[in-house]
Amino acid sequence: MISFRNKRRDIIKGVTVEIVVAEDDARPLNEESKSSYNRPKLPGPFVFILRAVSTLWRNKKSRVGLVILGFFIFVSVMAPILAPHSATATNFKPYQNPNATNWLGTTGNGQDVLSQMIYGTRVSLLVGLGAGLLATLIALSIGLVSGYRPGIVDEVLSFTTNLALVLPGLPLMIVIATYLRSNSMWMILFVIGFTGWATGARVIRSQTATLRSRDFVSAASFSGERLLRVVFKEILPNMVSLAAASFFGAATAAVIAASSLEFLGIGNPNTVSWGSILYWAENDNAFLTGQWVLVFAPGIAIVLLSLSFILINFGIDTLSNPRLREK
Amino acid sequence: MPILEIEGLNVCYRPERGVRISAVRDLDISLERGEFVGIVGESGSGKSTLGFAITRMLRPPAVIESGAVKFKGTNILELTGSELRNQRRGGLALVLQSGMNALNPVRSISKQLGDVLKAHSQKGEHWGRSEVRARGGELLSMVELDSEVLDRYPHELSGGMRQRVAIALALSLEPELVVFDEPTTALDVIVQASVMETIKSLQRSRGFTAILISHDMSVVLDATDRTLVMYAGRVVEDQPSKTVASAGIHHPYTEALMKCYADPRADKVELQDIGGTPPDLSIEVAGCSFAPRCSFASKVCFLETPSLVRSELIQVACHVRLPVSPMAKEVKVVRN
Amino acid sequence: MRYFVRKVGMFFVTIWAAVTLNFVVPRLMPGSPVQATLMRLAASGQVVTNATKRAIEIQLGLPHTSLLIQYGDYLLNIFRFRFGMTYSITDESVSRAIMAAAPWTLVLVGTTTVLAFLVGTMLGVYAGWKRQSRVDSIVTVGSTVFSAFPPFFLGLLLLYFMGFKYHWLPLTGGYTPGLTPSLSLSFLGNAFIHSILPAITLIITSLAGWVLGMRNNMINTLGEDYVLFGEANGLRDKTIAFLYVARNALLPNVTSFGLALGSVIGGSVLVESIFGYPGVGSLLLTAVNNRDYPLMQTIFLMITVSMLVTIFVADLLYGLLDPRVRQ
Repeated sequence: MISFRNKRRDIIKGVTVEIVVAEDDARPLNEESKSSYNRPKLPGPFVFILRAVSTLWRNKKSRVGLVILGFFIFVSVMAPILAPHSATATNFKPYQNPNATNWLGTTGNGQDVLSQMIYGTRVSLLVGLGAGLLATLIALSIGLVSGYRPGIVDEVLSFTTNLALVLPGLPLMIVIATYLRSNSMWMILFVIGFTGWATGARVIRSQTATLRSRDFVSAASFSGERLLRVVFKEILPNMVSLAAASFFGAATAAVIAASSLEFLGIGNPNTVSWGSILYWAENDNAFLTGQWVLVFAPGIAIVLLSLSFILINFGIDTLSNPRLREK
Repeated sequence: MPILEIEGLNVCYRPERGVRISAVRDLDISLERGEFVGIVGESGSGKSTLGFAITRMLRPPAVIESGAVKFKGTNILELTGSELRNQRRGGLALVLQSGMNALNPVRSISKQLGDVLKAHSQKGEHWGRSEVRARGGELLSMVELDSEVLDRYPHELSGGMRQRVAIALALSLEPELVVFDEPTTALDVIVQASVMETIKSLQRSRGFTAILISHDMSVVLDATDRTLVMYAGRVVEDQPSKTVASAGIHHPYTEALMKCYADPRADKVELQDIGGTPPDLSIEVAGCSFAPRCSFASKVCFLETPSLVRSELIQVACHVRLPVSPMAKEVKVVRN
Repeated sequence: MRYFVRKVGMFFVTIWAAVTLNFVVPRLMPGSPVQATLMRLAASGQVVTNATKRAIEIQLGLPHTSLLIQYGDYLLNIFRFRFGMTYSITDESVSRAIMAAAPWTLVLVGTTTVLAFLVGTMLGVYAGWKRQSRVDSIVTVGSTVFSAFPPFFLGLLLLYFMGFKYHWLPLTGGYTPGLTPSLSLSFLGNAFIHSILPAITLIITSLAGWVLGMRNNMINTLGEDYVLFGEANGLRDKTIAFLYVARNALLPNVTSFGLALGSVIGGSVLVESIFGYPGVGSLLLTAVNNRDYPLMQTIFLMITVSMLVTIFVADLLYGLLDPRVRQ
């Protein structure tokens, strides 16, 4: 239906043309506002997270990642309920293959592998996410400052970042862990976090430097806002998806690094984690007894957890670029 | 026989997720050998899509839905693989908008020229170093560049020089038809003028048919013999370039376009923009696409798509503005 | 020219920084590494000469002398290759222990890295060129999954299947025990067979990164205008694929080569541990288990320096490949 809002008369080169108006059905301009007026509103951050998760859910790849991660979180939270036995009790017959009492068999020390796997989820998840978080926080601090302030500060921080990038990761962690002589899981967490920030810092720095030269940031700083406020109000919100991607990348590396360190026996071998199961398996020569479950179960778990982070990262791209979202 | 005949060409974009967008609609054009034709239009008018369609350079999600493009009688839309590649020699050539990025950054100019020459070498031709350099010197002097450019890398050349090199590369195949897609848009005004001069003189001296695609009306009017104006995927006006500025009759869009330019030396400089927004090409509307923005639109403009009406050398697709002799003083529209 | 000069300068500066870091770290650590080392050396029944004691003090820290003097002596000792004694191996100096282990690791890591880079790059070129095809999907999915594998997991799997179940390849060691190392063909052949499993593990683990990286670069480069223009000029497919696309897509990979090396080295530590391969990685772990600080420290320094040298070479190579930096 053609509809016009008003009459027009026009003169074209000596020709008078009259355009006849056909009035259309009038529509109220603000009919949408009526229904949503009285709806209660959720607090800001909740809405943000909810929206983020639902976007991630829509992407097929990250949906799988979220499911896997959710599963592991569930297992680690419900561990005492889910695990059939204690993880450290050594009262089973050692070197058993999977059977009715021990669904995944027993270790060389007579411990139930399934319970170890379930309790080990807590440690592996905690160290992976914790170290990843720590590394990302350091990366953000260094990257933001370095990217925003060119000059001597940037030069020094960039050089430090490059140096940290170049130092070989695992040997460095091994050396520091040995010096520290402490055995706890927290030590491993801190060591991984303090050595794994460099990649993220480099990416964040370059993004900050790009944003810095964008107009809205210049406008803010010209209007007199202080450095910290500009960083937090103008730059950081644009970097959320980058920070999230950086976090999941760091978490992936942390899970692999933690399990490697545990496998090598660094840290406390008596703390039950997926890597420690493998350590004891090798120590107790489980391979020679043909217990492939001892190798498979923790290994697959590690792979799955890392994969879940990688998959979630695929979906993070769509958070910032709506065009990539599946309709 | 015209060297290029386009019949009923329809090109659209079909992205994986999203709606179908029309780019070129029911296009019919005919070009004679040696003509220099300009295509003017705003962004989204379909002019670049047309240029790419003619030279078979469309990439997904662009799709040619129907129509034929006959080059010297052969429908090149039906060619494939090596036939298409062979067509590039002595056939159709394309010079891209960003001469800046049209050159491989890690290969020297002489090597890139060698690549092109060797790809099309006929029996008996040997393209060794010296032969490539000799031919390179010839081609570069055609575009008014020194032969020392041969040893340079693209990043060592200025924007204008790179664009000339791109033109030289395209001409190395001795094409009979060259499509220039916005060749000077990325250059500053002075370089723009000199590159256009080069293109003009090349076209005159080598005699190839040329299509110049640009959003800049002044460039087109200056360089070409014939001007086509495109809007929303259709040709709305087709006139000899010389008469455009002085002619009395135009498509309303062309008229509005010309009002966007003004002589900065005039006493009073008045610029007028075109009100409204460019049309949404994902919906098929009946009627003239320009009607919502047109100051002369009448009811029939919203009902029926106008086709090109010819009067002598001028063609206009408009219900209200019909081509008549520029000498007419009064035009009467008789409605049924 | 300026590019090369700059890279040489950076090389020396980073080496200096790594060496200095090596000097600083043991002096920051809690406890007294010097005393611990000297006591352990004495306890293992080795003769501790004054020269040895001096060397260890210089390396690990002496509380009473000025830092600057220590630093000077430290640098001097490095040039003289005097790193003290290791008590992990009887009557062996650190430098000699490392020299014995180095060739094994060099050959293993060297060949696998080069192979992984070459094969990975070519697979990536193929996958990127034939985007969305079946081969591409297989390659991409496979690489993504393998990139989530911790290096030791793959090694353990191989150990189990190839070594335990099928008995095709030897499980441990660099060579059959009892043979004397020499450059004879039979020994080399024996060594080669022993290195197959570790090599395969390392190659597959590092392959994934190269494939994915190169594929991404290919896809990005395919969208460039010069590729379009080359096609418009009728260049052959092969010419475009190799000389125009791959040649440009390769560049970011060369830059990241050095960084990837760090993870390869970490992987080799794990692999050497699993397969009992007598390389520098195994030596490092031995040192860690014995808290043999001089050995550990020096190995770390050697690893870092080798990495820096490799990165330097990669940077030089990049300068040759990309004319744009060679202003």
